[in-house]
Amino acid sequence: MKVSYQWLSEYVDLTGYTAQDLAELLTRGGIEVDVVESRNKGIQQVVVGFVTEREKHPDADKLNVCKVDVGSDEQLQIVCGAPNVDAGQKVPVATVGARLPDGLKIKRAKLRGVESQGMICSAKELGMNDRLLPKEIQEGILVLPAAAEIGTDILDVLSLNDEVLELDLTPNRSDCLSMLGVAYEIATLLGREVKLPHVQEGLRESGTAASEKVQIAISAPEQCSHYAARVIDGVAIAPSPLWMQNRLMAAGIRPINNVVDITNYVMLEYGQPLHAFDADRMAGDRIDVRHAYEGERFVTLDDVERELHSHMLLITDGEKGVALAGVMGGANSEVTGTTARIVLESAKFDGGTVRKTSRELGLRSESSLRFEKEVDPARVIQALDRAASLMCQYAGGTAAKGISEHRVKEAHPLAVTVTLDKINRYLGTSLSVDQVGDILTKLRFPYQEKQSSFTVEVPTRRGDITLDVDIIEEVARLYGYDEIPTTWIEGEITPGALTASQRIRRSLRELLSSSGLLEASNYSFVQPDQIRELPGLYPQVKPVALAMPMSEERSVMRTSLLPQLVEMAVYNRNRNVEDMAVFEFGRIFLTEQEQLSELPREREMLAVLMTGNREPLHWNGKPAKTDFYDIKGVADQIVRYLGLETHIRCEELQVEGFHPGRTAGMYMTDATSHTLVGIIGQLHPELQKEKDLAETYVLELEIDALYEHVPAEIAYHALPRFPAVSRDIAVVVDESVTAGVLMDTVRASSGDLLESLSVFDIYQGEHLGAGKKSVALSLVFRHAERTLQDEEITAQYEQIVDALASTHGAELRK
Amino acid sequence: MRERLLSLKDEALQELEQVQSAAELNELRIKYLGKKGPLTEIMRGMGGLSAEERPVIGQVANEVRGAIEAAVQARQDAFDRAETERRLQQEKIDVTLPGRVSKQGGIHPLYRIVQKMEDIFLGMGYKVAEGPEMEQDYYNFEALNLPKNHPARDMQDSFYVTEDILMRTHTSPVQVRTMEAMKGEVPVKIICPGRVYRRDNDDATHSHVFTQVEGLVVGPNIRFSDLKGTLLQFAKEMFGPQTQIRMRPSFFPFTEPSAEVDVTCASCGGDGCRICKHTGWIEILGSGMVHPRVLQMAGYDPNEVSGFAFGIGVERIAMKKYGIDDIRHFYVNDLRFLRQFAKY
Repeated sequence: MKVSYQWLSEYVDLTGYTAQDLAELLTRGGIEVDVVESRNKGIQQVVVGFVTEREKHPDADKLNVCKVDVGSDEQLQIVCGAPNVDAGQKVPVATVGARLPDGLKIKRAKLRGVESQGMICSAKELGMNDRLLPKEIQEGILVLPAAAEIGTDILDVLSLNDEVLELDLTPNRSDCLSMLGVAYEIATLLGREVKLPHVQEGLRESGTAASEKVQIAISAPEQCSHYAARVIDGVAIAPSPLWMQNRLMAAGIRPINNVVDITNYVMLEYGQPLHAFDADRMAGDRIDVRHAYEGERFVTLDDVERELHSHMLLITDGEKGVALAGVMGGANSEVTGTTARIVLESAKFDGGTVRKTSRELGLRSESSLRFEKEVDPARVIQALDRAASLMCQYAGGTAAKGISEHRVKEAHPLAVTVTLDKINRYLGTSLSVDQVGDILTKLRFPYQEKQSSFTVEVPTRRGDITLDVDIIEEVARLYGYDEIPTTWIEGEITPGALTASQRIRRSLRELLSSSGLLEASNYSFVQPDQIRELPGLYPQVKPVALAMPMSEERSVMRTSLLPQLVEMAVYNRNRNVEDMAVFEFGRIFLTEQEQLSELPREREMLAVLMTGNREPLHWNGKPAKTDFYDIKGVADQIVRYLGLETHIRCEELQVEGFHPGRTAGMYMTDATSHTLVGIIGQLHPELQKEKDLAETYVLELEIDALYEHVPAEIAYHALPRFPAVSRDIAVVVDESVTAGVLMDTVRASSGDLLESLSVFDIYQGEHLGAGKKSVALSLVFRHAERTLQDEEITAQYEQIVDALASTHGAELRK
Repeated sequence: MRERLLSLKDEALQELEQVQSAAELNELRIKYLGKKGPLTEIMRGMGGLSAEERPVIGQVANEVRGAIEAAVQARQDAFDRAETERRLQQEKIDVTLPGRVSKQGGIHPLYRIVQKMEDIFLGMGYKVAEGPEMEQDYYNFEALNLPKNHPARDMQDSFYVTEDILMRTHTSPVQVRTMEAMKGEVPVKIICPGRVYRRDNDDATHSHVFTQVEGLVVGPNIRFSDLKGTLLQFAKEMFGPQTQIRMRPSFFPFTEPSAEVDVTCASCGGDGCRICKHTGWIEILGSGMVHPRVLQMAGYDPNEVSGFAFGIGVERIAMKKYGIDDIRHFYVNDLRFLRQFAKY
């Protein structure tokens, strides 16, 4: 809402307060003022001139030489290029020494040999927003009304020495979508009076009663609680008075003609949208407010044919639709240059209905904006009278007697009760009855107070106030939020704590960042193709699609963190960052449904990506490239850190988008289940090539699947008191036999004495034979209670060697 | 004989003084103390002395030998020290060359802020609650006093999946879910950090995904002044002990009264500068007393309990705190950006 300071001063005495002061007051009172703009964009010394003569320039076809009276002793000779300039016009004249908004300083000049003592200005040259000007004024000079007095400062004529406050209104304060609403707010803040317009001043009534000229029926009473109309005869369509046009432009509305301007002016003044029908273009003497028929077609004033639905509200003349209630009028009954009779509508339409209609049709108007936030029912008649009076004054009309209306229900002010005790308990204040009473008085909320309980009669203009807490807010904001004390919550002490999973996630973040990985954070929306090429752990799910994505690239929810991590690697590589070690925590969204009927499963994932050099280059070292075992190391470290060694198993895995020979699955394993919870591997070389990436390794782990298995506490093991015995075994096996299964066999075939087991060498060479490899294992045995005997170790050792031989065909390496 | 010994000593000590190298010293040692040296010779010749003379001369001879030996040793030590010195000099390296540092990781700037906020509120006795990022319309809007077709829904343009399922536009649904789960129990003291989604074109100050931390307290006598006290404490811990807050009346459908909260600008201390647009204040959060309808829908009697809630935009705070000028940096993951946060 744009509020003209000058216009506002008609309703409230603003003496002593600048527009900036008001902006600060409003903002601190809860109505944010975005900006205060001066309507004068830098004009000095531009006055009203009268063109007494116009002649063609002797040497230039497109130029005119004008004689202009600006009220000084001598007439000025001004060369003007505008095609519409003519003798007999009142025009804005920038005299020598004048300044215009673009910084232009007017000097004496010669144009093609003819002296020019100033410049006749267009609206644009005066810094006016030409979007708000009638088309004919956009081109050429601005022609002023004949009544403008010669020599008057143009700032006064066009009200450009005004300032405009632009309010950023929250949805509850739709009362301030009207000048009167703002006036009430300012009057409350300043403790001053509100001067209301006399709605019937200038009204001329005669002849048949309006109720006989047009009968009103409401067949959708839920959507329209009140419909009122006046009939105005004998109007003459012409421009509206300049002061009205100036105010409309200050409010950001384009002047059109007197009738339309008056409806807009009164809408701005009262917040009540009005509509003027050309009565002669209506079928007869009735108006019916009904639901549209499903599929009914209707052409709105913007000449667009629209298909309506049965929940929409249509104003009809008994035969055809003439307006889409509260949203936009119809082309078929629009006021034109020849309109002589007007049916003027003022009504209360249901906000939700207007909102739904305007959204579905993509048709937002100043009218719908106000209706959808519920207009003040008390102003339906006031605004109607005010507009009719203005039409009598400025459009030459005469109103038919009285008002024709259909009122479904009377609107009464709401009574809201709140006690002083509740106010003080809620706010933490210690206000007195008088203090609260003063605030209510300033708000002009009538109230009764009995034993510190206030019963407030909320004016209908403040439809946002329905509960005691709404009154409390009014009291608080007018008392001043700054004045409210600061206190501590009283009552029992509550322990603050993270849950186990929150703690684990936190410590993993610390672990990974301390291990040299940077944390990334990617958007949650992806492109379907990205999922297809790298589906991760859940290739079988249906990605959840947004109903109206902003772009194809961000149209579905991610089902894996990997695609975006890979894109991130591409992004960085394109910026010459080649060495990366990155992790991300984030949710993925899983469902098997094509069409969601319930929320998808959200799983917390951890993803890691590594590529390039393993460590930063050092002057004294050789660069080493990251390989599979670096990313596997990250996985192993996490597993060990969380104490999950006995739960997680790694096995070979084939997944889309991964190198078929360099990918492992991480399985959560117990006696009964074996669930894939992670993938570790190299990106498929084809994919790497397509993305122009070097060897890139990734890991994705479903963190949500781990929490329940993480031991709650560390369990201490007593330090060993007896010595350990080490034995190494090197066996030759087929190269297809994995270290993992060999170690499984060792563990299975040795007893409790085996304390630890690790691989310390892998060797392949010609003398082992083709397709063979040697795996060297280091075994440590220990008994907790005594020193081990050589014989028992040897027995164990032989048992293990036998098992390796029989299970894997392993031979001891000679 | 005695004279011979004494002059031998003088001669040896004098010569030893002149020695230049360890090799020369060794030669002299052999010359004077060796088996064929003059001292040995004199000693051998002692057999011809009388029984009275022998011990006297023997003592003199031993003294002379001792003195020469000591002088040799002293010179030897000096040569050893010099040798060690020389070797250490040779081992000298350039200590100004860079050390061997492992790659440095770091936590994302947004999460650094979230973690700090969590810590502040954990310290005040809050728990951290989480909930789904994809929500039912009911939890995201209706239960927060935003019925369908309510104009206030325009304040948050959203990503719908179906008519009833959407990406949450704030973390407030977690508050509703938490209250429901509490089944009317008090006190509720939670913060809800998480990702939220709004239909915005990404630019320097808008992001369709961003991070929020919301807070909720419900108890038997929670006051607006408690909200003020809590937020003041938060602001001081987050931005420094000098920080002040200012509350301005505002509107949120789920709170009444509602307030926007500004903190004193950290870069000018409230005097006004470019960062705070010369107001001295920076808007950081929205807050208010929980609307009675929200309490009611979540199973609380607004006549028995009251509460306050607040919501903080993490990106905004991170941008102010670190001086970041473009919100997209948080989600583009340029490693040159992320590396700047690989700090303690």
